[in-house]
Amino acid sequence: MKPVREGSPWRGLWAVVAKEMADHLTSVRMGILEAIVLLTAAVTLYMALQNLPSGTSEFLFLRLFTTSQDPLPAFVGFLGFLVPLIAIALGFDSINGEFNRRTLSRVLAQPIYRDALLLGKFLAGLFTLALVLTAIWLMIIGLGIFRLGVPPTGEEVARGLLFLLATIAYGGIWLGLAMVFSVRFRQPATAALAAISVWLFFTVFWGMLVGLIAQGLAKGVFNQIQLELFLARLSPNTLYAEAILAFLNPAVRAFGPLVPLQLIQLQWAVPTPLPLSQSLLLVWPQLTGLIAGTIVLFAIGYVLFQRQEIRA
Amino acid sequence: MSEIVIETQNLTKRYGEIVAVDNLNLKIRAGEVFGILGPNGSGKTTTILMLLGLTEPTAGSARVLGFDPMRQPLEVKSRVGYLPDQVGFYDDLTARENLAYTAKLNGLSRPVAQRRIADALERMGLADVADRRVGTFSRGMRQRLGVAEILLKHPQVIILDEPTLGLDPEAAREFLQIIRAFKEEKITVLLSSHLLHQVQAVCDRVGLFSHGKMVLEGTVPELARQVLGGAYRVHVRAVGPDLTQALHKVPGAVSAQKLDSDLYTVEAQEDIRAEVARAVVQAGASLLSLSLEEPSLDEVYQRYFQGVMAV
Repeated sequence: MKPVREGSPWRGLWAVVAKEMADHLTSVRMGILEAIVLLTAAVTLYMALQNLPSGTSEFLFLRLFTTSQDPLPAFVGFLGFLVPLIAIALGFDSINGEFNRRTLSRVLAQPIYRDALLLGKFLAGLFTLALVLTAIWLMIIGLGIFRLGVPPTGEEVARGLLFLLATIAYGGIWLGLAMVFSVRFRQPATAALAAISVWLFFTVFWGMLVGLIAQGLAKGVFNQIQLELFLARLSPNTLYAEAILAFLNPAVRAFGPLVPLQLIQLQWAVPTPLPLSQSLLLVWPQLTGLIAGTIVLFAIGYVLFQRQEIRA
Repeated sequence: MSEIVIETQNLTKRYGEIVAVDNLNLKIRAGEVFGILGPNGSGKTTTILMLLGLTEPTAGSARVLGFDPMRQPLEVKSRVGYLPDQVGFYDDLTARENLAYTAKLNGLSRPVAQRRIADALERMGLADVADRRVGTFSRGMRQRLGVAEILLKHPQVIILDEPTLGLDPEAAREFLQIIRAFKEEKITVLLSSHLLHQVQAVCDRVGLFSHGKMVLEGTVPELARQVLGGAYRVHVRAVGPDLTQALHKVPGAVSAQKLDSDLYTVEAQEDIRAEVARAVVQAGASLLSLSLEEPSLDEVYQRYFQGVMAV
C-alpha cells in the first residue's frame, strides 16, 4: 500500500528546463560539438553542391543532405555519428554530476518532485539537440536556396522536416541511454564510457553479430534474410538509417538487407518516386520504434532515479 | 505548552538488514532549537531525510507542521529550509544566480525573488560577492550562501545537518550566532551535529542518538543528571583530615571522591558550594580553593557511550 502523493509532479519543471538549457548552451562542451556539426554541415554541403548531377531538378534539396563525394560520407552519414555523440555529451553527467557537486539533495529539498528534475533535464537535452539540428537544417536549406536559385517544393520541405524529426528522435534514444547511465553510475566518466560502448557495439559489432546469429538460427535463405532484418532493426542505428532513407529518397519502396548509414546515396532505381504519404507509411514502424525506444529508456531512468537514495 | 511542529511515531528505516532508524519517537515544539547528537552512522541524516520526504520510511509515520512528508512533500518542503551537510552549489553560476534558481523552483515571482535574494545575501554578509562565481567561494561562504538560500523561503522550520563541520572556529562561531538569530525570530531549528560544545551553546533540548534510537532526550542539565548522576561538580582543595565522609553528608551531594591528598570532587544536583565550604570548615580542615564545574555535554556523551560499551 503506497500513500498517494499530493501536488503536481511537474511543479518546477520549466525552471529546471530553463536552467539546464542555459547551462548546455553556454557550456564549452556544447560549443565544441556545435563547431564540429557546423564544420561537417559546411563541408558536406559544399561537396554536395559540387556533385549534384546536372540536369535533374527533382528533389534537389533532399540531395543536399545525401550527396557525397569519396572519401567523405554525406551529411546524413555524419549525423549517424554526431547525433549520438551530442546526445551522450548532453546526458552522461546529468544526475551523477548533481550528485558529485552535492547539489542534488539541496535541489530536491526545494518543493519539487524528482519527476520534474529528471524530465526537466531530459527535455532540456532534447530541446538543445533540436535547436542545434534545426539551426543546421535551416542553414543547409538556406544556403541551398542561395546556391541553387530555386525554392524547395512543399514536399521537399515536408520530407526535410520529417527527416529532422527522425533525427531528433534518434538523438532522444541516446540521450535517454546516457541519462540512465548517469543515474546508475556515480562517476560521470563511467557513465560516458558505458554509453559510448553501447553506441560502438551497435555501430560496429551488431551488424556482424546479426549475420552470425541469423546464419546459425535460420532455416533457408529467405528465413535468414528475414531474421537478419529483424535483428538489425533492434539497433536504433538501423531504424534511423531506414527512416531517413525513406524520407530523403522518395524512390525507396522497400528495405532490403542492411543499409549502413555511411553508404546512403540516392539511387534512382525506380523511375517514379513514392508520394510522401507512402514513404511515411513505409517507415512508420521505424519512426514509432525510435520514439518508443526513447520513452522506454526514459522510463527506466525514471524508475532507477525514484528508487535512488540521495544521501552522500 | 506551545504547538508541536515535528513529530514522529515509531519512525523506522531499514536498509536490508541494517536498521538505520529504529522506532523513533520525536517531538519538537515551535520555536525550539533541538539538537540531534550522535556518532556517525547513528541515523541522524536518515531521520532528517525522512522528515523532508526525501527517503521513504520503512515503518512509522512523521508529521512536519501538520503535513505528512510522504504524502505532501511539496507542502513540507516549501515551509522547511534544509541545509545538507557539505552543501554544494553550481560553481559556474554566481551566488545570485544560484539563489535565483532556488527561488524559481519555489515558485516565487521575479520581483519577490529579487527582493528576497538581495535581503538574504545582505543578511549573510554576501552582498559584496553576490555576482561572483560560487566556484571562488570558501567553505564558510558556501555555508552562508546555504543559509541565504534557506532564508529565501521564509521558512517556519530550519533543518541543519552538521552545519559547522569543516568551518574554522571563527566561522563556526558566526554560524552559531546565526542560529541564535533564528531562535529570536521564533523559527524552529533542528540541528544535527557531533560537535558537542556547539550544540550545548545553542540548543534548548538535545536528543542523543545511538544505533538509530534516541537514547536520551532533554535539556543539557537534565541529561547530565541522568547520565552523570550529578549535574554539577564542586572541586575542593583543602588541607587537613580526610574529608570524604564529611563531604558525602553535605545536603544535596550525590557523591564525593578523593582525587589526591588534598583534592576532592563532590557531585551534586545543584550548586552547593556554600554548603561544601561550611562542611569543610566544620570538619576542621583549611579550605584552599573551591570551584564549580557546570556539566558539559562532552562529558554526558562520553560517559554515556562508555557505559554502553561496558554493557
